[in-house]
Amino acid sequence: MQTKLILAALRKHRLATLLIAMEIALACAVLCNACFMIANRLQLTRVNSGVDEKALAVLTLGGFDQAQPGDLNARVTAGLRAIPGMQSVSVINAVPFNEQGTNGGVTLDQAGKRFGGVVTFYTGGPGSFEALGLKLVAGRAPQTDDFQSMATFVPSDAQVVVSRTLAEHLWPGEDPLGKEFWCGGFHFRVMGVVAHMARPAAGEGGTGTIEWSVFVPTLPGHNLAGTYLLRADPADLPHVLRDAETAIAQIAPDVVLDHEGSRTVSDLRERYFRNDRVMAGMLLGVIAALLGVTALGIVGLASFWVAQRRKQIGIRRAIGATRGDILRYFQAENFLIVTFGIAFGMLLAYLLNAVLMKFYELPHLPLYYLPIGALSLWVLGQLAVLGPALRAAAVSPVVATRSV
Amino acid sequence: MFGYYMDLALRSLKRHKVLTTLMVLSLALGIGACITTTTVLRLLSGDPLPQKSSQLFYAQVDPNAKEGYIAGQTEPPSTMTYVDAMFLLHAHRAKRQAAVALTSGKIAPQRANERPFYSDGVQTTADFFGLFGAPFEYGSGWTAADDEGGSQVIVIASFLNQKLFGGANSVGKTIRMNDHDFRIVGVLKPWSPQPRFYALDLGGHDYGGDGDAMFLPLKTAMDLKMGPQDIECYDSVTDVNNLAAAPCMWLGVWVELPDQAAVADYRTFLANYARQQVAQGRFSRDETALLDLMGWLRDQQVVPDDVRLQAGLAYGFLLICVLNTVGLLLAKCLRRSREIGVRRALGATRGAIFGQFMVEAGIVGLVGGLLGLGFAELGLFGIRHQPAEYASLAHLDLSMFVFTFVVALVASLIAGLLPAWRACAVAPAPQLKAS
Repeated sequence: MQTKLILAALRKHRLATLLIAMEIALACAVLCNACFMIANRLQLTRVNSGVDEKALAVLTLGGFDQAQPGDLNARVTAGLRAIPGMQSVSVINAVPFNEQGTNGGVTLDQAGKRFGGVVTFYTGGPGSFEALGLKLVAGRAPQTDDFQSMATFVPSDAQVVVSRTLAEHLWPGEDPLGKEFWCGGFHFRVMGVVAHMARPAAGEGGTGTIEWSVFVPTLPGHNLAGTYLLRADPADLPHVLRDAETAIAQIAPDVVLDHEGSRTVSDLRERYFRNDRVMAGMLLGVIAALLGVTALGIVGLASFWVAQRRKQIGIRRAIGATRGDILRYFQAENFLIVTFGIAFGMLLAYLLNAVLMKFYELPHLPLYYLPIGALSLWVLGQLAVLGPALRAAAVSPVVATRSV
Repeated sequence: MFGYYMDLALRSLKRHKVLTTLMVLSLALGIGACITTTTVLRLLSGDPLPQKSSQLFYAQVDPNAKEGYIAGQTEPPSTMTYVDAMFLLHAHRAKRQAAVALTSGKIAPQRANERPFYSDGVQTTADFFGLFGAPFEYGSGWTAADDEGGSQVIVIASFLNQKLFGGANSVGKTIRMNDHDFRIVGVLKPWSPQPRFYALDLGGHDYGGDGDAMFLPLKTAMDLKMGPQDIECYDSVTDVNNLAAAPCMWLGVWVELPDQAAVADYRTFLANYARQQVAQGRFSRDETALLDLMGWLRDQQVVPDDVRLQAGLAYGFLLICVLNTVGLLLAKCLRRSREIGVRRALGATRGAIFGQFMVEAGIVGLVGGLLGLGFAELGLFGIRHQPAEYASLAHLDLSMFVFTFVVALVASLIAGLLPAWRACAVAPAPQLKAS
């Protein structure tokens, strides 16, 4: 009965109803997609690096010849180990999120025909594997005998540890232990698998490859010098890193300390994902503004309708409608309009998603975003109409007796 | 007449303060978001060398193996090997030509008790400065003979000259970089094209900063084993340090071609070179490319995806705000049916009513634009505090200032169309009868 009445009234205001429904539809489309993009961004930032981020820092030096570092590694490691609170110092080429490191395309055969993908090679000196805190899930950790000297960017024939993700990518469904792969003239054999090992930068090959890393035990020296992995208790780490930075001036006055490249791994992670977080924040802002404007529109139009129908409301009240009836009438009217909008909005949301997928790296919009979007718009509509509806309910029956 | 409409509009806007505020506010929010994101988008897709960009071209050839090659679809790699770059340079087929790679070096301080520091630099060839119109404060670039001989000469940027010599004329003085002495031949005026187009895909940042600190001859840098920032190899490498012969790509080649005929000639020359290399068995693909500067920026997608997405979102948001304004204006004008009826009965034409309501919408738009400008300044202030490398460049310029009001006026007039049309369609008789 009520619904029929409302529909009849709305038919008189087709244009205004259509406008509000359109606004709701657009809001629904943007809301669903923006929420989805936020979820995607935040998902990215939750990558498991596999290392003890809170206990690790990296110190980067430059200004010496990589090919002939001389005794730099020995001087620096010995000097830094003397710092109080330092648990370990080891030589490594990169750490997760510091955007350095060496990438190389690997093949599953010596002839280089079966391409496996572009992976990151971590070359780490003795002690670095333990310091990183990587969790072995199969095979063994590098032993003293596994460390070999560098050929150009890796040792020429090495036993290596790979991440589980990479093992599953290269040899799906097989036991990776003992498997071989090549990178040009370099040969590798898998001796261990770790649960997680994120690469220093996920740039190449998209976000799905962020864990395609290989740890190659390497002796420090020629082409492996100047980047040091520091480990300390998380509480001590900031001051240990600061002390290490000051100590370098005495330990190696001839080199240049790279301040940008000397950070705790937690800092590096924060910096690495900052853009994603800013974008998520910005999307959140858009959603807030969008919902705000939509609510304003509903309030404006509902207020207008209430003012316009004062006389009718008075008559209804005079012939027996309660305040609750009037309140419910406006609430039901809003519910109907929003429902029209949402029905159309879901379609729009899917279209928008299809367009976004064409231009950006974005998966399909999962279906469950649609009911969430619908529910929030229903709630928004009801909240926005509450004020005007209460004002309508407060209209006195006496109004009916007055001629305008 | 216009003055009378203004008066009517202002009266009506004042009468419905809440509704007016809502309209202005929602329009201003939409405009603010649009202007903020458009400013950033324009900044990022701007022309780094407006006077010269149409004459600058980026040459590409493809030394990769045959595997994975689809004729006409596979784009050539963005950088070149030393062999190819040197051939193109020595052919002198363009007005000017230069090969570019990025590097960095340790600079020893001029005074005692200061620490050495790192500076970004460019290793390139003599034509670089003329090619890109880099302005000199003192001295000039080096000569082709310096290129051939690998002379230890250097051109430094204004800010490095300030830091080392306090801004004085330092031509002829010596600086020590990577433990070698370099004679300064030139000092640039502040020069920092945005984006740093010559370095796209060579490594390093694209936007922001004061530009590169030092420029030195390519051969000198190679002799001193100052490796480039980025190397990509297409075959197994025996000696990565011997970059002159290694199958590795690391140089960008730019040429200046003053007119269409020169461009067509150079295209043929490049294609012939690739075909000849294929015939000799050095190449297996004969793909080449010669993009002009702006084309190269588009090809490299120098504008981040996020920025384009933000701009899209902002325009979507403006659309919703405009719809919102339509609804509110409509509500307002229908409420004034009686007033319209009286005016019509007293002789106002439909056109006059239409004009009156459009003026009212226009006023809402202008006020919304003014407020939107405030929101845009606020938004840009927020952008400047973002971690992006272009953050410091985000400022509102005169053209965006004008654009704000154009957007505001267009948006509000579009929003006003429907309500104004409905208003002028009101029939006077029933309205008069009802009262």
